[in-house]
Amino acid sequence: MLKYLIRRVLQMIPVFLGVTMLLFILRAPGVLPGDPVRMITGERAISDTLRAQIVEEYGLDRPLPEQYVLYLGNLAKGDLGDSFQKSRPVVDILADKFPNTVKLALAAIVIEVIIGISAGIISAVKQYSLADVLTTLSTSILVAIPVFWLGMMLQLFFGILLKRWTGDTIYLPISGMTSNRFPDWAHMILPAITLASVSTAYVARIMRSQMLEALGQDYIRTAEAKGLSRRAVIWRHAMKNAMIPVVTFIGIDLGAMMAGAILTETIFNWPGVGYEIFVAIGQRDWPVVMGGVIFIVFAVMIVNLLVDLSYAVLDPRIRYGGAAE
Amino acid sequence: MSDRDDLHHDAHNPHTHDESPVDHGELRDAAGHSIKDQSRSLPIPPTDDIITDGGRTLWGDAWYRLRKNKLAIAGLIWVIFVILVTLSADLWVKPYFGDPLAMDTTLGANLQPPSAEHIMGTDKLGRDVFARVVYGARISLTVGVIAVAISVAIGLIMGALSGYFGGFMDTLIMRGADVFLAFPYVLFAIALIAVLGPSYRNVFIAIGILGWPSIARVFRSSILSVKENEYIDAAKAMGAGHMRMIFRHIMPNAVAPIIVYGTMSIGGAIITEAALSFLGMGVQPPTPSWGLMLSDARPLMVRAPWLMLWPGFAILTTVLAFVLMGDGLRDALDVKMKD
Repeated sequence: MLKYLIRRVLQMIPVFLGVTMLLFILRAPGVLPGDPVRMITGERAISDTLRAQIVEEYGLDRPLPEQYVLYLGNLAKGDLGDSFQKSRPVVDILADKFPNTVKLALAAIVIEVIIGISAGIISAVKQYSLADVLTTLSTSILVAIPVFWLGMMLQLFFGILLKRWTGDTIYLPISGMTSNRFPDWAHMILPAITLASVSTAYVARIMRSQMLEALGQDYIRTAEAKGLSRRAVIWRHAMKNAMIPVVTFIGIDLGAMMAGAILTETIFNWPGVGYEIFVAIGQRDWPVVMGGVIFIVFAVMIVNLLVDLSYAVLDPRIRYGGAAE
Repeated sequence: MSDRDDLHHDAHNPHTHDESPVDHGELRDAAGHSIKDQSRSLPIPPTDDIITDGGRTLWGDAWYRLRKNKLAIAGLIWVIFVILVTLSADLWVKPYFGDPLAMDTTLGANLQPPSAEHIMGTDKLGRDVFARVVYGARISLTVGVIAVAISVAIGLIMGALSGYFGGFMDTLIMRGADVFLAFPYVLFAIALIAVLGPSYRNVFIAIGILGWPSIARVFRSSILSVKENEYIDAAKAMGAGHMRMIFRHIMPNAVAPIIVYGTMSIGGAIITEAALSFLGMGVQPPTPSWGLMLSDARPLMVRAPWLMLWPGFAILTTVLAFVLMGDGLRDALDVKMKD
């Protein structure tokens, strides 16, 4: 186990170096037609003294490899620069908002698991039934729907039209995390559904195809021939094998959810890391934008590492097998 | 979107439209094999509906199977419809419905609900929403096609170098692809555009650059499987050089997955453009972009809910059309699954 852990962490190093190098190159002078000082200060006018100070501080006049080492050193210290709008370290701003992003992602995962898996099972067990056709149809549409538009339509329906029709009695909150009228969890319903939408469609699809494959296996026929009830066959035999790829997908998806949060959080004014990035884009506060991107990329990488490690605990084949992907 | 009769009727000339919509009038030969016009080397009798199994090429075969896939054809027709509508917009939308950029500052001219004069209403600057939705298709389709073309160009080169030469080159390129894939898509586009500056051109550059690793991987693996064939050894024995090997012998046989993947990617690129424009990192006002229109509509959700309906519907249907076409092409071109 320890050996696997070490190997998996070592594998992360080249990707980590590559990712940081790519982001560093984006900022390096002369590589792209942007002013590196502007990337650090945002778009406000700055005095020549301040400019010289920044060039000195970030080593912008030194050779590139030296700059990169300096940059890595700052990252290692957790220094993502300062926000020019808020005059606070970027990392502090993001750390404040991160729990909200995690909360929303976890809520979305719960929806994804419950709805995605049950829809997949129902449509596989009752293949070609109305429920199956509806599931297949809605998953195709969900994959093509722009998440932010789905969020806006949910807001329009549950927050505005429903409120109008029921005379201000029944509706859902469509913005923020707290209010006087609703309990906190109610604020999470629509954003979590929005964030979960695309993944739920994928989970349902994978679950359906895996379940169909499992149901066609010989051991299922044997189990049926033994006289086991349909329910026992489905739950105890087919499900167990069909679940493995679904669990893998959900694991990978937890990371993707954090990244996908930027659109969802923006639409619902959910005060997470993604919303912070959106606000910073509007203010041309580039240190927060770039810092936020790095922050989320690292979070995704770490989540994926943890997910991989948990598989190794669960499935000995991965621990001893060569390929870790 | 359209009824079944249309499906069959229009299925005749889609591929010529893809290449050059001007050729439209010349296509009087009503055979369902117009795809052949592009690949001259594939002789197919111009007679309609020959269903013999022998003598059909991969492409003819694929087209035959694609035609039977109703969803894929529906997607194809929708894409052609959108292209025709948006390209001809100067002729009928501008004079009869309005200029997508023309503001109307008269009192009460803005935020009108849908009416006979403005069938989708007007936005906060008094511009006709229908005209903006129609012209928005130009932006979306252009970004989709150019971005994917960039990805395919980079991806093909990288994939070819990696799959054909193998060894150190392979390791280097594939690890590079891993680095790109480690980034969540939209986030990297945001980082790239933060440096390049938000603009129409930079959107497709960013999306294009981001798409290469998947194309390279797909192409690499199909090269690896083609490389096993004996005719490759034969070509090598006859003294074919690297370039000739790649372009004449390997590429034509490894290109089917790229077509499938590319078609689906256009849908993805359209959604990404809309998302970036929605966040303010894409196409800038006053250009009519669907994502931008949705971002304008958001604060007006209570006062003018109709503003957000049509741009979103346009994105959904166009992306869905490309996804369905991609699904259909995948089924139609998958030679291995055929037997």
